[in-house]
Amino acid sequence: MTGATLIDKIWRGHVVIGEEGEPDLLYIDLHLIHEASSPQAFDGLRVAGRVVRRPDLTLAMEDHNVPTNTLELTEPSGREMVESLRRNCELHGIELFRLGDRRQGIVHVVAPEQGFVLPGMTVICGDSHTSTHGAFGALAFGVGTSDVEHVLATQTLPLPKPRSMRVEFMGDLPQGVTSKDLILALIAKIGANGANSHIIEYCGTAISRLSMEARMTMCNMTIEAGARAGLIAPDDTTFEYLSRTPHAPRGRAWERAVTAWRKLPSDRDDALFDNAVTFDASSLSPFVTWGTNPGQAAPIDGFVPDPSLFSDQREKSAAARSLEYMALEPGRPIASIEIDTVFIGSCTNGRIEDLRAAAEILKGRKVAESVTMIVVPGSMEVRRQAENENLHEVFLAAGAQWRLSGCSMCLGMNPDRLQGRKRCVSTSNRNYEARQGPQVMTHLASPAVAAASAITGCITAPATIAM
Amino acid sequence: MKPFVSLVGRGAVLRIDNVDTDQIIAAEDCKRLAKSGFADALFARWRAKPDFFLNRPEYAKASILIAGENFGTGSSREHAAWALRDWGFRAVFASSFGDIFRRNALKNGLLAIQLDGALLEWLRRLVEDNPELNISVLLKEKTIAVAGESIPFTVDDRARWLLLNGYDEIEVTLTKAAQIELYERAREEWLPTHLPSRPEPSNVVRVRP
Ligand code: SF4
Repeated sequence: MTGATLIDKIWRGHVVIGEEGEPDLLYIDLHLIHEASSPQAFDGLRVAGRVVRRPDLTLAMEDHNVPTNTLELTEPSGREMVESLRRNCELHGIELFRLGDRRQGIVHVVAPEQGFVLPGMTVICGDSHTSTHGAFGALAFGVGTSDVEHVLATQTLPLPKPRSMRVEFMGDLPQGVTSKDLILALIAKIGANGANSHIIEYCGTAISRLSMEARMTMCNMTIEAGARAGLIAPDDTTFEYLSRTPHAPRGRAWERAVTAWRKLPSDRDDALFDNAVTFDASSLSPFVTWGTNPGQAAPIDGFVPDPSLFSDQREKSAAARSLEYMALEPGRPIASIEIDTVFIGSCTNGRIEDLRAAAEILKGRKVAESVTMIVVPGSMEVRRQAENENLHEVFLAAGAQWRLSGCSMCLGMNPDRLQGRKRCVSTSNRNYEARQGPQVMTHLASPAVAAASAITGCITAPATIAM
Repeated sequence: MKPFVSLVGRGAVLRIDNVDTDQIIAAEDCKRLAKSGFADALFARWRAKPDFFLNRPEYAKASILIAGENFGTGSSREHAAWALRDWGFRAVFASSFGDIFRRNALKNGLLAIQLDGALLEWLRRLVEDNPELNISVLLKEKTIAVAGESIPFTVDDRARWLLLNGYDEIEVTLTKAAQIELYERAREEWLPTHLPSRPEPSNVVRVRP
């Protein structure tokens, strides 16, 4: 018999009913909900006369539509969605971290920092970046509103088991290169559809040395490679992080849990994956996107590519389309592109480490005249922690805005959406056309690159800012 | 739901790969509480260009969207499927799909059908040359009948079974309630649970927009 992967083990442990030729009925340990994808699901329950099966395994957050400069819901349409969530949570007895609550923030930042996501769990949310929680060795994936309704009603999902892919990163990340760069480089290599329908398990030295925050960044963006989910085996880094969270198990329960978690990693020699790739992480430099999907990225010391040199006809036309939208000419050095907006935040890079990395570069410096910079902590907890460390003083002194928590400029759904033909360096996860506003051009980058770019007003490698 | 067995309609070719859900429907247009009425928001920004495929008269009656690779990548917003359906599409052909989009589409009776890349290209040329061509999608047989040819396709088997019978998936799962309960009794007691607590009021927050 061959060994089992981490994915196999979690999957097996959650099959309620498994019949040959049928999708497995998978039990869901944690269902995260937010105001943007749940109203129609609750409405479906109401119409069918159904109830929420496990309100105690459901946790709700207000994040996509909330403003970040006030605790008042200023936009009528956004307020309607949030109020609908409040009514639904009240009606069904679901825990909700409302705007103004000390624990409020982006769902994928809050759930882990509160200790609600544990190794070996299954987690779903009506949001594609649910893959974030894979950093804890949990199987976590995004679903649409119909599946949200299904989980509300049954706490299960019928799912065929996806194929697995092992991605190993050898070597150590060079100084100044972050997990954001690692994942952007990976997607650039395999493409925005390179892991279609797979669950990725990340491993290798570069991964095991990453902090939990950095691992969350990796797993968060796994969806941008077309994957269903991404996860990392739990280890001492995971346990250490969890032991500091308010809701992780305590005492005897903790010990029993850790014993179970230690058995989760893929069996070393004989676990079978459907696909495997290996990358060398030691020669990477910071990556920045130049196009309109996350796979269109290049090293910061590289150039905007020339579509006419692409051999693949479809890649050629895709690149030409992207460059037209992005108003970039082939051959231009990436590090010469002028920008006018910098956004630090989102469930990809809105955690305390990300704010520290940005503050480190901004310390004693000023944001360029031509640039508007906003810093949006991923949660109110992150905000408090940053203020304890006086990071907010650094941002404010540099001329950046220090905001409350929410999805903010990651997507054009709340009052932080950009207007006009702005060019933004963003630490978020999607550079799609118009993602941040109807005509906005987005360059994805790490917090360090974003901060360095804010100072100079054009895309800038952190290493070139004298420390 | 009414059973979905087959469909006959015209195609419309969209020659762009990696069409993401933000293009199908912008976040701003997802701020409605209803599950329908999204037709006006479909591809709203791209539709502003006169030569966009949805603006072409020859595609006015199309009910089958013939796309490229990785259609519906990105966000989980089911509004993308609702908008396509509300516009009048009943099927989307692509060589691959964003996973969440594919599930969402099938749950709303929008057939997300995967075709081999070469066959897809053949079909795209065929429809571009003759937009009035009738295309039959036979869900039971998992084939497309067009121009005297019969092309096999791939579709999620479970979704196909639900559609052919017009079953409500939640209803089907609810018949398994006893097994779900059995599973629940064996869950580890240290797994997290949440019950409503009072909202914790924040301290005074400093805001400097
Ligand atoms: S921060 Fe962006 S990616 Fe993350 S949950 Fe919010 S909108 Fe989605």
